[in-house]
Amino acid sequence: MKTPPPQPPLGPGIPSTSGADFLTTKLDVAVQWAQSNSLWPMPFGTACCAIEFMSVVSSHYDLARFGAEVVRFSPRQADLLIVAGTVVDKLAPVLKKVYDQMSEPKWVISMGVCASTGGFYRAYHVVQGIDEIVPVDVYVAGCPPTPENLIHGIMELQKMIQSGELARHRASKTFVPIRVGTDPDLSIPAYSDGVMAHMTGKKELPQIGVTAESELGAKAKADAGEGHR
Amino acid sequence: MSATLTRPSLSFAPVLEQKLKGRVTVEERPAHDIATLVTDAATLKEAALFLRDDPAAAYDLFLDLASVDRSKLPGHATGKDARFQANYILYSTRRNEHLRLRVNLPAKDPAVPSLTGVWPAANWFEREAWDLMGIRFDGHPNLQRLLTHNGFVGHALRKDYDKGQRWLCTEEDLLQTELAAKTDDPADMFETMTLNFGPSHPTTHGTLRVVMRVDGEKIVAAESECGYLHRCFEKMSETHTWVQVIPYTDRLNYCSPMINGNGYALAVEKMLGIDVPPRAKAARTVLNEFSRIMDHLVCIGANLVDLGALTNFWYAFQPREEIYGLLEACCGARLTSSYARIGGLAKDVPDNFVEWSRSLLPTIRDRIADIDGLITKNKIAWNRLRGTGVVTKEQAIAWGFTGPSLRASGVPYDVRKDKPYEMYGDVDFDVPIATEGDNFARYIVRMEEMRQSMRIIEQILARFPKGPVNSDDYRVILPPKEMVYNEMEGLIYHFKLVFEGVKVPAGEIYSFTEGANGELGYSLVSDGSGFPYRVKVRPPCFPLFAAFEKIIKGGMVSDAVATLGLLNIIAGELDR
Ligand code: SF4
Repeated sequence: MKTPPPQPPLGPGIPSTSGADFLTTKLDVAVQWAQSNSLWPMPFGTACCAIEFMSVVSSHYDLARFGAEVVRFSPRQADLLIVAGTVVDKLAPVLKKVYDQMSEPKWVISMGVCASTGGFYRAYHVVQGIDEIVPVDVYVAGCPPTPENLIHGIMELQKMIQSGELARHRASKTFVPIRVGTDPDLSIPAYSDGVMAHMTGKKELPQIGVTAESELGAKAKADAGEGHR
Repeated sequence: MSATLTRPSLSFAPVLEQKLKGRVTVEERPAHDIATLVTDAATLKEAALFLRDDPAAAYDLFLDLASVDRSKLPGHATGKDARFQANYILYSTRRNEHLRLRVNLPAKDPAVPSLTGVWPAANWFEREAWDLMGIRFDGHPNLQRLLTHNGFVGHALRKDYDKGQRWLCTEEDLLQTELAAKTDDPADMFETMTLNFGPSHPTTHGTLRVVMRVDGEKIVAAESECGYLHRCFEKMSETHTWVQVIPYTDRLNYCSPMINGNGYALAVEKMLGIDVPPRAKAARTVLNEFSRIMDHLVCIGANLVDLGALTNFWYAFQPREEIYGLLEACCGARLTSSYARIGGLAKDVPDNFVEWSRSLLPTIRDRIADIDGLITKNKIAWNRLRGTGVVTKEQAIAWGFTGPSLRASGVPYDVRKDKPYEMYGDVDFDVPIATEGDNFARYIVRMEEMRQSMRIIEQILARFPKGPVNSDDYRVILPPKEMVYNEMEGLIYHFKLVFEGVKVPAGEIYSFTEGANGELGYSLVSDGSGFPYRVKVRPPCFPLFAAFEKIIKGGMVSDAVATLGLLNIIAGELDR
């Protein structure tokens, strides 16, 4: 009898069992695989970026292709918070409350430079990056990011969920934000020191809410390159 | 470089000067600015009443209150009398004239009587001026901070306020006292309940907040609150060069960015006394109208989603995507175009601009027809939109409405028609109006405006001019490279422009264009340096949202949603 040709894996971490009609995997992996492909986003749209978010969900860019089209406006029903737009001081308590109302597991994408760093509003009433208030998993650059760029961010998040990376960090009370940009090779981890520390096991991990923006030196960049591949 | 000053002839001025004996003067202004009257705080109310009620003046529409801190203007000695200025911008719908009413105020405790009793629209503008400039308005019903949060200390637009000084806000304001003041029977807590609406609510399409007291489904009192997107546009403008302000203007009304940038560039061009070439004018006009279409499509599409008609959203967004394609080809960005420049455009339009623009029109027309077919005679839409959110003509004027919302109440004021700019004077189009003043009227006016916009576009495309898109005034536009390399003069111009930026002669202007939601005005003050001294925007949404709580009072909660969507409040422009 001829053995059937090996099948491609059904999903990351799920090995093909050639010819057999059952799979074996770890529960975690199956759950992560499912979670990453059925994200329920809650758009916390405040400004111009929200308009681009609308474009992403409407027919042309069709976020449904990534399993993330069930847009919920109640934080209690969502597991992905997309902060699209500038967050100002007056709105900060609202964002915090919305984040707190989401149940675990939950992820945060910061869409656009305003949400990520305050953007070009270096001003008296603008939060200089929402990571002052909530932990962020993926930063999407752009003002506003193109729809492709946001989709890239979402795919990046899916990868992180599937790899279990985020779950591990959550368990150890850390989070690993990464920045995505138009050029994936130039993506820089925001908390590079912390990330590297974790990956090389050399340093202490940063606590939630600790920002290490200043650590974007050449060394950190090089380390990030190693760490991610 | 200063322009010649003239004294505008105001037919009512002699009567007014006679009446108030020397306490009101007509100021000499350059021809590009609007007429200006100067008075003092004690006379302000009297003068205001005269300007509103005298048939020869009839300034019935309160447009804006632009405050200025003059302490850093050259030649201004601090501590001298007039540190602050309050400039009331008024408009007469009957006479089609603008007027600036100016009051000079001392550095110490600047205070003027509140004009809310004369023009109800002044209410929020005065709160804003108190919040950001610290001018007190005596007799104001609720002089509280509006744009910044309650923990804020100081007045941010004063020149001695550090632009980066933030204050932490850890708690939301529950607005209970304001609400109680508006409820007829505040003690009655059994019959009614408080409903908080926003700032993170899908139908606000942004960050607006209304706290209502509801009796069942009926709204008995409401208090609206803004400032959840106050991004300090005006302060940021003061710290950037004249050209660098353009990207900031894009983010005011982000549904139609091109219009904002155009309005700003036009204002600065007027101050500089330069004219842009016909090709730039044509391109600006075409793109303005495309932007207006996009804005109305978002307004209608998103509002219909709130009413449960999801399909229209897809219909509305398809042509938007295609217009984005055109904008992207022009300037490289989909949304935040930053395409207008002082003196022209960032670069020439693509070669196939005319054909491309023309090819978009059938799709837009089809999709609008689709929405039309689904909604305009739809019974559900009629039930939801007809007779809800009614604003009478008198109310619309008193509340300071402009744009489609004013026209839906029967006032045919459209800057494009009444004070044409760019190419609007050379094209033939109608200004649609409706008289009902309800949500359906606002919907139908917008639908028709889109068709008129297409008419304008078609006419301009039919005779789209050739030639340069930038003025050849090298004080504002970089000279061509050959000139820079080969001529001393070119090099000097280039150097000065790159290092010092555009230098706008000292002066002041109120310049206005028709934004998608109404009159978009810029009050600019220049001190002659490369940076704007003061930029004040007259955002069309601001008076609309200020009146929102009055419109919805007595109606149903679900009608409030329809009203909010069709007033089309854009948070970026509302809060700046
Ligand atoms: S990043 Fe740019 S587009 Fe997005 S909200 Fe900020 S200013 Fe608007």
